[in-house]
Amino acid sequence: MMNVKVLGGGCSKCETLLANTKEAVAKVGVEAEVEYITDFAVIAGYGIMSTPALIVDEKIVSMGKVLKSSEIEKFLQ
Amino acid sequence: MWIFIQDQILGMKWLNVMIGNLLTTLGIDTTGRIGGSIQFFIYDVIKIVVLLCTLIFMISYIQSHFPPERTKKILGRFHGIGANILAALLGTVTPFCSCSSIPLFIGFTSAGLPLGVTFSFLISSPMVDLGSLVLLMSIFGAKVAIVYVVLGLVIAVLGGTLIEKLHMENQVEEFIRNARQIDLPQEELTVKDRMKYAAEQVVETFKKVFRYIIIGVGIGAFIHNWIPEEWIVQFLGTGNPFGVIIATIAGVPMYADIFGCIPIAEALLAKGAKLGVVLSFMMGVTTLSLPSMVMLKKAVKPKLLGIFIAICTVGIIIVGYFFNAIQFLLV
Repeated sequence: MMNVKVLGGGCSKCETLLANTKEAVAKVGVEAEVEYITDFAVIAGYGIMSTPALIVDEKIVSMGKVLKSSEIEKFLQ
Repeated sequence: MWIFIQDQILGMKWLNVMIGNLLTTLGIDTTGRIGGSIQFFIYDVIKIVVLLCTLIFMISYIQSHFPPERTKKILGRFHGIGANILAALLGTVTPFCSCSSIPLFIGFTSAGLPLGVTFSFLISSPMVDLGSLVLLMSIFGAKVAIVYVVLGLVIAVLGGTLIEKLHMENQVEEFIRNARQIDLPQEELTVKDRMKYAAEQVVETFKKVFRYIIIGVGIGAFIHNWIPEEWIVQFLGTGNPFGVIIATIAGVPMYADIFGCIPIAEALLAKGAKLGVVLSFMMGVTTLSLPSMVMLKKAVKPKLLGIFIAICTVGIIIVGYFFNAIQFLLV
């Protein structure tokens, strides 16, 4: 099973990325666990300096951007 | 030539004339209160939206060259006050939103940047940006805009240096001090990527700030046509020596975008408010806000947060009085 993490401080941009990610997961139909990480200590652990960020299977695929669900799909293939 | 650029291109005076003529043709008396309010509202909304879209596009393009990771690396090469000055300058071009302030704080700290340098950045980033420079130029003229930006940078440099001198390192939360430094590889962006990023920023910012612009212009139109000039002069003009302090304290907890504040500032100034009063209000609104304080509280202890707020507030008040004192040279 895939592991997808959305990292952010709880601002509206981060919420949007979370919603778009869930949408992309549902659309691709892949089995994935989507986590929403708001703990800054964990976010810092990844070395991320701009939120929201998206992590797929522990690999950072995007930072500081609100990706559309269609853009997220390609990371889930 | 410069006057023409300032008035007609940046200030879009021709648009105001055109709207005035159009309203008169429709049988609306633009010299009256209601007609005047309508004209101010339409003109200001169009002007600010056009400026906003053009500016955000250009600024975002420049900003795409300065992601926080790169800023961190550049700053690491400088020391002393030079690092503070550079942090304040980079604060104007690094893309920043209050929800990114904590990860940014952690990144800077773990890279070994002094606390004062981080704070110089945190003060200048919301207060002074390229957008405010051009926007201020179009409304208050080049001299005011340049002095505003320079003074904003001075507050950022002095504020950061002061925090450094107070040795507040123990006021930063544990988890930030203990964070490991991680350097992530930077993705290479093409011109097309940067254009796309800039266009997305325009749409995003527009969606975010549009209601503030409408509210701001609405209040501006109201002030412009309905509030008696004597009141404004008495409370915010020469009649009140505490105008700057009141404006700053009123502005600090408020959260709004600079694009929303400008129409209010413009209307107040036209009605006889002192320049320092309106500019300190604008600086207060953009630099500090309740949401950003709540965010920052997660990273620093109350004492440092208090000092940060105090430095910004006092700095803004001083700048306000300075503007009042030199207003005759600028306007």
